[in-house]
Formats: sequence, structure tokens, C-alpha cells
Amino acid sequence: MIQTVSTISLVLLAISLVFCAYRAITGPTMPDRVIAVDTIGTIFISIIGVFSIKLNQPHYFDSALIIAILSFSGTVALGKFLIKGECFDRDID
Amino acid sequence: MIEILISILILVGSLFVLVSSIGFLRFRDIYSRMHAVTKATTAGVCLTLMASLLYFSSHGNGINGKTVVIILFLFITAPVGAHVISKAAYFTGVPLCRESVVDEFKEHIKKP
Repeated sequence: MIQTVSTISLVLLAISLVFCAYRAITGPTMPDRVIAVDTIGTIFISIIGVFSIKLNQPHYFDSALIIAILSFSGTVALGKFLIKGECFDRDID
Repeated sequence: MIEILISILILVGSLFVLVSSIGFLRFRDIYSRMHAVTKATTAGVCLTLMASLLYFSSHGNGINGKTVVIILFLFITAPVGAHVISKAAYFTGVPLCRESVVDEFKEHIKKP
């Protein structure tokens, strides 16, 4: 039962990955792309959780932790770059 | 019994993620997109990780500490990242959608 449910769940997560990849490629603005890449990282954590249930292998959470930390730090760095960077610094005040 | 609980947790979590990414695809404003995608994706991922926590603790491996660390880290960092990105979007001049009624942050900026 858990095998079937985890397969269905992996399909649903893959569909949501496709949606986020569409928004990351054709996002109208730059923060759209940043938040799409952050969401892709978050969905990858969920995929790793379901995959470790499916394979009965609890050692995959190291990579999930690393993906969480890198996704957060990348999001904050890109946000700071968007606010204070050179080529995107249009009208702050 | 615990298998049914784990299956329900996995299904509900992945449905949360799917619905939030549909909202991310369909909304017309970046602020409403962010509103859709940040909270619901965090909730869905936390449900999935809780399912894996239940699974590995019911199979005699004990409570996996990394899963708890990931859940706490996601709950702390997802609002921070969304706040930084929405502030960046507002300051780089991304407009609100046409149906927006009120913009309180603009009056707040022009005051000092």
C-alpha cells in the first residue's frame, strides 16, 4: 500500500515540479524566477522524503538538509542582490 | 493501521504541494503567487517529512533527528526567504495587478 501511494505521490510532485520549472523559465519578472527556484528546492526535499520511504533507506536526509540550507541561502543572497545590486537598482527611494 | 496513517500523510502532503504549484502557475501577480506558493509548499513538505518520520520510527530505527531538523529549518526559513524576495520585488518596481485595491506600503515608504 505504501509503495502504490508513494508512486502516486511522486507523480504529483513531478507535475508540480513541471509547473515550477515553467514559471522559472517564462517568469515575467526576476523575483518570480528566484521564488520558483526556491520552490523547486523545497519540492526536492519532499521528493527525497517520499523516495526514502519507497526505498526504505533513511540515509537520504543528509542531502535533503543540504538542499534546504543551500536553497535558503541562495534565496536570501539573490534577494539582497536584487535590492542593492548594480544592474537592478532602479528606484529604491 | 500506521500504514494507513502514513499513506494519508503522504497523499495529503503531495496534494498540498500540487495545489500550491497550480496557484503559482495561475495567479497573475507576484505577491499573490508568493502568497500561494510559500505557505502551502512548506505545509506539504512538512506533512511528507512527518510521514517519513512515522515510517522510520515505526520500523525500529528510532526517531531520525535530521528530519526534525529539516522541518524546523523549513518552518523558520521559508517566511524569511519569502519576505526578502517580496521586498526585493517591491523595491525593484514590480507592479501590483490591476485588481489590487490598496497599497499601504507605499504610504509607509513616503513618510520619512
